[in-house]
Amino acid sequence: MITFEDVVKVYPGGATAVDHLSLELPTGKITVLVGPSGCGKTTSLRMINRMVDPTSGRILIDGRDVTQQDAAQLRRGIGYVIQHAGLFPHRTVLDNVATVPVLLGKTRREARTAALGLLERVGLTADFAKRYPAQLGGGQQQRVGVARALAADPPIMLMDEPFSAVDPVVRAQLHAEFLRLQQDLGKTIAMVTHDIDEAIKLGDHVAVLRTGGRLAQFATPRELLAAPADDFVASFVGRDRGLRSLSFDSAAELPVRPVDGIELDDAGRPVGLPGVFTKDDSLRVVTDLVISSPGGVAVRVGPDGAADGLVSHHDLADYLASRRS
Amino acid sequence: MNFSYLTDPAHWDPSNPGSIPNLILSHLGYTALALLIGAVIALPVGLYIGHTGKGSFIAINAGNAGRSLPTLGLLMLMVTLLGLGLLPVLIALTVLVIPPILTSAYAGMRNLDHRVVDAARGMGMRPWQVLTRVELPMALPIMLSGFRNAALQVVATATVAAAVGLGGLGRLLIDGLAVNDYSRVLAGAIVVAALAVLVDLFLALIQRLIVSPGLKGS
Repeated sequence: MITFEDVVKVYPGGATAVDHLSLELPTGKITVLVGPSGCGKTTSLRMINRMVDPTSGRILIDGRDVTQQDAAQLRRGIGYVIQHAGLFPHRTVLDNVATVPVLLGKTRREARTAALGLLERVGLTADFAKRYPAQLGGGQQQRVGVARALAADPPIMLMDEPFSAVDPVVRAQLHAEFLRLQQDLGKTIAMVTHDIDEAIKLGDHVAVLRTGGRLAQFATPRELLAAPADDFVASFVGRDRGLRSLSFDSAAELPVRPVDGIELDDAGRPVGLPGVFTKDDSLRVVTDLVISSPGGVAVRVGPDGAADGLVSHHDLADYLASRRS
Repeated sequence: MNFSYLTDPAHWDPSNPGSIPNLILSHLGYTALALLIGAVIALPVGLYIGHTGKGSFIAINAGNAGRSLPTLGLLMLMVTLLGLGLLPVLIALTVLVIPPILTSAYAGMRNLDHRVVDAARGMGMRPWQVLTRVELPMALPIMLSGFRNAALQVVATATVAAAVGLGGLGRLLIDGLAVNDYSRVLAGAIVVAALAVLVDLFLALIQRLIVSPGLKGS
């Protein structure tokens, strides 16, 4: 657990970057710090690994004050991913990934062997090992950046706008892989972004900061959408909060009616309908299907792809209304 | 054009102390010494100024001032102050090589991608490790280009050593002029030019070997 205790950071010159921040980032979860520029989110992140030291207040990792620890030693135990990856241009991809294990005293050979496994883990083939960063695309560089941060298997990862330098298609891909990776690894992750949608998508918890470095709200994404603390948070979270909050609700409980009036093939799979959903999908997916399908009906399918239920406009509206009461 | 001095085998006989091979050796000796002393002085200063940003005006002004000093004039001044010998020559040549080495070390450090340096620190490198494992290798292409520049200048200018009674390829120029032997002057000019090209090629090869392929074309 990472704990901010009444942390203040005033830069020389008098600008207050972080103003009495108290926060707990739970172990094994993704906590996203989000806010407009000048809200102190990056400064807060960088105080965790002592790239910046607080003016007052304390930051504790599992109860130990970070400023009582040797900065370099502390940082080797914390993964660090930054925007544009910040890879070492003069080192191969493999040696970039091997950096921290080598700092920790592993031989170059051991570190390289382990690094190869990590490349695979972040979705890069062994062909990339001998390349240099300049030969990679933005998304690939970012993957190497993540592999490099994971190399010493640190319990904590700090990620400063890790996905903002890549195009939206690659970003969505990286998001999905990142969440899958986190499911396996269960790291304690602190991430900074200015993109509220990214925060809601990736965070287990979201800390919304306002300009001047004050915490506006700390909540789960779902709470943030359902009950923004004030006008600032509401406007920052943006439009379509209701629809977006449906992403967090499973379609598993949604009642369905018997399959009737749609064309099925021999195996019972619907024919000619582009959109089907499963019990694992969210209510947002179902809502979208119901709205966009020509007949106003979404088809639910089982694991084998066979249709096992229908949902109409009315069914969905009734269900959503019943949830409110 | 008279190449007779250059093509006379007697002038290439190493056992003769005034032969071209021996003059080349002493010429290279002055060059290497001046580069070595210059690098020992200018590299740390340039790196420090570039790293900290403190005293940038020194790097810029020292560069300009050094470039505008006439080496021959400085040499004569040093001889007046210190008497004849190797020392005044080395001082004059060292003053010549310091500006390009210092300014390129400074520029190499100033042009580092600060995000990469930030990542290095954030991963737990100590300041010395950041310098030796990240900053220096990244600054190396610019630093080496300054060093090559300095080497070229000093190879061409080390001929002044002969003006104060020392050896080196300047002997061919000075002695040739003194006895109106233009074939000898021509030989000196050709050998100095060829030596400059060879030294530069040699340093280019070194650069290829020690600069990471990842930094090529950047």
